[in-house]
Amino acid sequence: MVSCKDKYLLKVEELRVYFPANKGVFRRTADYIRAADGVTFGIERGQTFGLVGASGCGKTTIAKSILRLLPATSGRITFEQVDVLQANMAKIRQLRKQISLIFQNPHSSLNPRITVGNTISEPLKVHKNVTGSELTERVAELLSKVGISQDYINRYPHELSGGQRQRIAIARVLALQPKFIVCDEPTSAVDVSVQSQILNLLKDLQETFGLTYLFISHDLTVVEFFCDIVAVMYMGRIVEQAPAQQLHREPLHPHTRSLISAIPKLKQGHRLSQIASAGSELPSTPNWLTGCPFHHNCSLADNRCLNKTPQLMESNNQKGHFVACWKC
Amino acid sequence: MSENNSLLSVRNLSVSFFAEEGVVRAAHKVSFSIKTSQTFGLVGESGCGKSSVALSIMRLIPANQGQIVGGEIAFDGQNLLELSEKQMRRIRGNKIAIVFQEPTASLNPVYTVGDQIAEAIMLHKNKDKTQAWKAAVEMLRKVGIKEPQQRISQYPHQMSGGMQQRAIIAIATSCEPALLIADEPTTALDMIVQTQILNLLDELQKQTGMSILLITHDLGIAAERADEVAVMYASRIVEKADPRLLFSKPLHPYTEGLLKALPRLGQSTKRLETIPGTVAEPMYLPSGCKFHPRCRTGCHDKHCQTFEPELKEVEPARWVACWHAPGYQ
Repeated sequence: MVSCKDKYLLKVEELRVYFPANKGVFRRTADYIRAADGVTFGIERGQTFGLVGASGCGKTTIAKSILRLLPATSGRITFEQVDVLQANMAKIRQLRKQISLIFQNPHSSLNPRITVGNTISEPLKVHKNVTGSELTERVAELLSKVGISQDYINRYPHELSGGQRQRIAIARVLALQPKFIVCDEPTSAVDVSVQSQILNLLKDLQETFGLTYLFISHDLTVVEFFCDIVAVMYMGRIVEQAPAQQLHREPLHPHTRSLISAIPKLKQGHRLSQIASAGSELPSTPNWLTGCPFHHNCSLADNRCLNKTPQLMESNNQKGHFVACWKC
Repeated sequence: MSENNSLLSVRNLSVSFFAEEGVVRAAHKVSFSIKTSQTFGLVGESGCGKSSVALSIMRLIPANQGQIVGGEIAFDGQNLLELSEKQMRRIRGNKIAIVFQEPTASLNPVYTVGDQIAEAIMLHKNKDKTQAWKAAVEMLRKVGIKEPQQRISQYPHQMSGGMQQRAIIAIATSCEPALLIADEPTTALDMIVQTQILNLLDELQKQTGMSILLITHDLGIAAERADEVAVMYASRIVEKADPRLLFSKPLHPYTEGLLKALPRLGQSTKRLETIPGTVAEPMYLPSGCKFHPRCRTGCHDKHCQTFEPELKEVEPARWVACWHAPGYQ
């Protein structure tokens, strides 16, 4: 048990986040949207854990629950032996020094009326009581860490490109020297050439500061490159989890396979090559109460899949490869 | 030869926008042509001028902000830039249709999907409302929406993003256009829905023989779906070729850099290669070759810094604009 505590920086156990779906004139709660439905995973120190899945599958819900930005319905989140979901406001403030968040869109996550310098110094003033020349020094140091020239200190976000803004967002997060950073689609709003710069920067920072990441993305190629362990989500559940390379080499869950087949391939190179038809969209009506959440889209589904929900289980052949599918 | 069977031929198209601080060059001497029933992919990063080209073809550059300053757009034997607004209205949505990136923003939220499809049919095909609605139901079925009878009287917010994009494609293709411009049609959608939408476009093309101008920032999509691909950088086409050649053996250092910057499955690299610097700002473009400040070291020289290379054919059907590309004089 002790070794287990040391190994994992963050543990999420049976996390459930339900949103009420209100109907009718009196907004009666008719049903619940299960944004996270029994999610369990652990992130080791210094590791990068990836969450992939289509939009609306619950990735961001999990991220927000970890930061206590959303009330969880049930479950347990442990960060450094602190029970996050039971923590009081004072404890949460402590936690938010150690856990930070990088958002998808740097255009909306930076305040347009605050200069680059003030954006980065604000968390230092609030949480660390840093003032005067020390503050200036720290800001300068952070800017150079993320590869932004000191000339930008008095500029406003609108004077920066998308990539520069994302770097500023990263500098702001680093200001508090967090142990753990949640990166919620940090590169989906930027161009290819900027994406590679940002991903490399995040890798460098991880090495320098010994950071642990939770990396959320819809792009399997980015996740495979960036993460150590990847979990694939579907409708609020983790359906498969494996080391990044392993997941791509031997995907087990039919949903993972359809995600991989949907990646446009550069090599294949020509439209004459037959492109596999992908599965259909997420079902919009929540009749997911029984059975495997994927059974609507699955060609392998049988009676058992319709009636009983498969749990995430370790594969017999591969250690560390988990899948929730009756057919695997 | 390419002149004979090309449906659309853009020659030396230049577009400028007039900002308070000065003139922004959005497209400069852009030339390409699209053959009947073919897909032409236009790739590039944000701000490189892809959408300006699309808007120019539709003659939709807002007159108070920008202007087409030169060139010619030949479509079906006539120069679109010489047509009157009235003539252009008969072409827009009829012979040339466009699909934009954000489905939620392209549909009118206060009209049903059926109204919006029928509108185009009534306007361009001289049909009454009942006939147009019938045709609209047929269109929804064609774009793969199940239960079109029910869906047709729904409002956009009652549909998912993928379904909205299908409805937009139904509107765009309802008049059987000869050319469909798809401007980042799948950027706002999920991977799996993306494949479905692209498959749908392929299918419609097979059925109707329309040509597609596919604008995307995703090199993979261009590689998979286009018959010919052009890469744009800082308002110019820097390379144009068959995607098999372009992506396996790029000639322009920018294309090469983009390809190397992409993470790929099964490639266990620790770091991604990057293109140094940032995309040139349209307002303050560098002198000479617009890519030279970011070009791989040891390649660019005084010549690159002073003179801007034109797009030239270096091998049959391979075009590039780089002083250092093999075969370029």
